[in-house]
Amino acid sequence: MAADPTLNCTVTGEWLELTPVGVWTTAQSDALEERVTAVTPLVSTARKLAINMSGVRELDTLGAWLLERLSRGCTDRKVEVQFREVPERYRGLFDQIGRVNRRAAERPARKNRLLAVFELIGQSTIALKDEFIPFLEMLAALSFSIAHALVRPRNFRFISAVHHIYRVGWDAIPIMFLITFLIGCIIAQQGFFHFRKFGADAYVVDMVGILVLRELGVLIVSIMVAGRSGSAYTAELGSMKMREEIDALRMMGLDPVEVLILPRALALVIALPILTFLGSMAALFGGGLVASFYGGMSPEIYIARLREAVSVTHFEVGMIKAPFMALVIGLVACSEGLRVKGSAESLGLQTTNSVVKSIFLVIVLDGVFAIFFASISM
Amino acid sequence: MTSVEPDMVIRVRDLVAGFGDQIVLDHLSLEVRRGEILGLVGASGGGKSVLLRTIIGLIPKRQGHIDVMGVDRDTASPDEARAMERRWGILFQQGALFSSLTVLENIQFPMRENLHLSEALLYELANAKLEMVGLSPSDGMKIPAELSGGMTKRVALARALALDPEILFLDEPTSGLDPISAGDFDRLIKTLQQTLNFTVFMVTHDLYSLRVQCDRIAAIANGMIVAIGPLTEVIKSDHPWVKSYFQGERARVITRATN
Repeated sequence: MAADPTLNCTVTGEWLELTPVGVWTTAQSDALEERVTAVTPLVSTARKLAINMSGVRELDTLGAWLLERLSRGCTDRKVEVQFREVPERYRGLFDQIGRVNRRAAERPARKNRLLAVFELIGQSTIALKDEFIPFLEMLAALSFSIAHALVRPRNFRFISAVHHIYRVGWDAIPIMFLITFLIGCIIAQQGFFHFRKFGADAYVVDMVGILVLRELGVLIVSIMVAGRSGSAYTAELGSMKMREEIDALRMMGLDPVEVLILPRALALVIALPILTFLGSMAALFGGGLVASFYGGMSPEIYIARLREAVSVTHFEVGMIKAPFMALVIGLVACSEGLRVKGSAESLGLQTTNSVVKSIFLVIVLDGVFAIFFASISM
Repeated sequence: MTSVEPDMVIRVRDLVAGFGDQIVLDHLSLEVRRGEILGLVGASGGGKSVLLRTIIGLIPKRQGHIDVMGVDRDTASPDEARAMERRWGILFQQGALFSSLTVLENIQFPMRENLHLSEALLYELANAKLEMVGLSPSDGMKIPAELSGGMTKRVALARALALDPEILFLDEPTSGLDPISAGDFDRLIKTLQQTLNFTVFMVTHDLYSLRVQCDRIAAIANGMIVAIGPLTEVIKSDHPWVKSYFQGERARVITRATN
């Protein structure tokens, strides 16, 4: 192409004259950097440098900076540099470019790698408190606003709470049914498959009943709710925080905890036990279905065995746990939502944090409950 | 590359655009000359931003022709259209900086995607752009959430200028800035326009910017351009909207200063 840029070098006496020719713009960036790199060794040994601009057809910041950089390399070595025949229209550009990149930017200093590892461990240990304090603060704020709502029930956002119960409860029923049903089927199938070797088919019903009612029903539902509704809470509150809606609420004299968080947390506390109950029933149904089609156990026998194996205590143990799980999920989701800062990235980070942390806490809480119920022999 | 550069960098003929049943631009025609600063005024919701977004291709048009730097999107190949898009820069109203990248990375982004430059040169160029818009190198390490409104606009301008565009589209560049910052920003655009020789297509509400900056002003009403020319001519227009715009309470203060 005719517009291809070139950089000609001629040596006259002490002077090294560079003559850029053609189009020196961003469109030719690849060729330009190559040309300039090619002459750099020559320039770095020159005793006097001249840059003749008469051949340049087009010039922009990129071209001007490349030439300026060459000349600056020389002025730094106290070598005389002349720009010759600079067309009037490029003078302003050279003036601008001559002023930039003068101040050395502070680049972060490199640290010792081993020290950096220790520093990271130390910092993340200290940062752990930032993970739990917001959670406790949220618990306190929520308790306070519950107390407030008890004293003045008219301040409680009833419609909002119902709306959230609909979203996290009613809307979640189909998927909860499906998942817990499948889990029930799988446990029963595995039970029959392995217990058959010992001729212990009958005990599959005990296993399915106790496991589902005590542990799995509430765990599976809690984990699903944390992923489905907890993440939604975090994202909603986080984007409201980003758009200053929460600040606006506060400035109108309203308490965001009372307006936004209490209805959401309460909705979870009401919906999760209901979902747990429905989910456990679906799992038992799935187990029964597998028992009759795969285990060769008639439904009448399955139900009779279930009556013998399962006492109301097992059911209670599962159901008592549900509202506490809901509370933990709600608190984590809301406190993470309020920790979102300005960027889209932080919204993603806090949402991830919210789901991971609430699932972790749900499992830890389940363990604590297991110890508790064992010690009161329930 | 074309040897004869056309005098008009943007030609819009009989453009129709809208949403659903609503026609926002109704057979609108407009031409923008190379090297000028054109200010577009119009009522809120009158189609200024729609016109800008239709020209840059964010809103599909219903009818008409749009020709930017000799390239018509309807007839151009995807490669030609991509090449054309590299030759313009856009300053969105809210800056539209990528919130997960630092200021410097934001400015480097178009260069990194479109050019093959060494890391050192990328850094120097981005830093040069940053200083040209009046920020200091230490601002380069910040993330967009830490910037004030005026700084966000400046960084967005630096990013729009990253590839040394031939046309700069500005969507309400001074909205949300205080008068002093707005004045500084106006002067900055004017200075850069003179040194870098680009064409500016500017949607604005700021009467002061219109007076100080623009070579020509186009007024849009009822989906058409109802007046176009230098400020002194546009003020004389008989169109009722243009009259009330330039002779309203707020405008009189400015126009009185002109005379």
